[in-house]
Amino acid sequence: MTAHSPGTGRATAPGTRRALWPGRSGQAFVGAYTVLLVAFGVVPTGYAIYFAFTDGGGNFTVLSNFTEAVSDFRFASAVGHVALYLLWWLVSLVVLVVGLALLLHRLAATGVSRALRFLYYVPGALAGAASVMVWLFVLDPTVSPAGVLLRALGFHTFGEVIAPGHLPVLFTLIAFWTGAGGWIVVMYGALNNIPADILEAARIDGAGAWQTARRIQIPLLRKWIVYMVILAFAGGTQLFVEPQLLSQASVGVAGRDYSLNQLAYDFAFQNNDVNTAAAVSVELLVVGLVVAGVFVARSGFFDAD
Amino acid sequence: MQTDLRRSALSVPAGGRPVPARELRRGSGRPVRGSSQVLPLLVLALFVVFFVLPVLWLLLAATKTDDQLVHANPLSFGSLHALRANWDALTAYQDDAILLWLRNSAVYSFLALVITLCVAVPAGYALAMTEFRGRRTLLVATLVVMLMPNATLVVPLFLELNAVHLIGTMWSIILPYAFYPFGVYLTYIYFSTALPRELLDAARLDGCSEFGVFRRVALPLATPVVALVGFFSFVANWTNYFLPYVMLPQSDQFPVQVGLGTLLDSVPQFNPTAAGTLEVQRPELALATLLAITPVLVVFLFSQRFLVAGMLAGATKH
Repeated sequence: MTAHSPGTGRATAPGTRRALWPGRSGQAFVGAYTVLLVAFGVVPTGYAIYFAFTDGGGNFTVLSNFTEAVSDFRFASAVGHVALYLLWWLVSLVVLVVGLALLLHRLAATGVSRALRFLYYVPGALAGAASVMVWLFVLDPTVSPAGVLLRALGFHTFGEVIAPGHLPVLFTLIAFWTGAGGWIVVMYGALNNIPADILEAARIDGAGAWQTARRIQIPLLRKWIVYMVILAFAGGTQLFVEPQLLSQASVGVAGRDYSLNQLAYDFAFQNNDVNTAAAVSVELLVVGLVVAGVFVARSGFFDAD
Repeated sequence: MQTDLRRSALSVPAGGRPVPARELRRGSGRPVRGSSQVLPLLVLALFVVFFVLPVLWLLLAATKTDDQLVHANPLSFGSLHALRANWDALTAYQDDAILLWLRNSAVYSFLALVITLCVAVPAGYALAMTEFRGRRTLLVATLVVMLMPNATLVVPLFLELNAVHLIGTMWSIILPYAFYPFGVYLTYIYFSTALPRELLDAARLDGCSEFGVFRRVALPLATPVVALVGFFSFVANWTNYFLPYVMLPQSDQFPVQVGLGTLLDSVPQFNPTAAGTLEVQRPELALATLLAITPVLVVFLFSQRFLVAGMLAGATKH
């Protein structure tokens, strides 16, 4: 059994422990979880692949579902939309989350920092459809609490605010509003892990706040920034609820077939074409799997032992 | 591995720093600090407005009439009377549909939560504390699935569950919800860092079975991580939109998140074609949104400490 191989396991009291370790009990404990992992992780993946490479009659079709999806008039624009949104979302996330975490870190001793972190985190409770509802109101100049600001920017109707060109920025606002607080908490924690004497040494050498941030703190945060970008990227490719509800709220004017997940949904449920839908899903799955796999293998974040 | 480095770095006692250096910093640093503190505070305050204002507005919007919503100050309180009227109008929509949706959300989230805990805690325990064939494969698979966004598998899951005729039943969302690799990861991290193996060995020497060790030793010590996994699983299930949107076609099965979409369709200002039929006024939609987030908001307020620990556990082992 693997229990006896020398390379595995932790180093605590190896001799006595191994002898007492019945190797099969572990499998009993993970049994139920393994069933769920297979049923709702592995099988749907296999199923999507099967559908993506066959036609309605179950015949193997090579790549025709993929070419059909890609040649659909909505596909290229959906890719473009998602790409543009990701660009806005990732840049604002990195710049603002890191910036805010650094500012909060400087306030650490005052206790204000703790309160602010919590306030920034509160909109996380409105994830999903609720956040879109709130922002439909916030973006409507007639009822918005930021109506003055919207009018100052030259927007007088909801329709003007949600013009197609604005959508990447608007979805970024919504995503940032609900998601940034959590990342600020993570970055703040990471900043706290930087040894105090390193910062002390920088101060002695005459580094100001800006130089300390640029030369010491940000380089030491790099790993967490990469973690955040990768998860935000993978999540961003899956955009669905925001454009879907926005398209409802604008009678299909804005946000219809905006993202790839919406397209997969429409192929499956509007066109009754599950094979093409599966092809789009497989493409999204590949992105998700590759990103997650590379990260697990390369980052050192999740050493499996 | 990196954790140990970090922890040892953190445990450097404050007194270990040379005292003269500290004096030096204080002496020369203070005047610069005083003047450079204003701009950062201003930026931080601006973001407080950004994050809090919409929430505050939502709370107040539910107390107004639609007319007040448009003409009164956005941050004014309407009246309890209007709140009451909004409540009556909202609950009248499709005969208490909002209450049914809230109940559905509660049932789905709670059942999934129970299954998640029963499945994830033993699994995390076994991955951390025992050796078995396939352990490493399972761990890597868990990490990969955990990092994949949960919307990735929605359409494939539909195809799978459609084949076994589960579409339209509540199990079509409860079972996928119950599969929660992040929960397994959190328990794995918790047990591998917080539970000394010697304790388990001692229990075994005393004649405990493997299951007894888990139940009598590990589980009583796992309360913090059970609460944490429970919280994250509940919030994730409660706020999920895409999966129930695809799996549950009937309005009386909707969780409240999908129900909000239905209400949105009946607001004439957002959907002019709805005018005249079953209208929902904007303050009623705001009230519905508020009701939809209340359970999560309440849990948020009461578990701040847990949350911070959990967010960090997602990124680091500690």
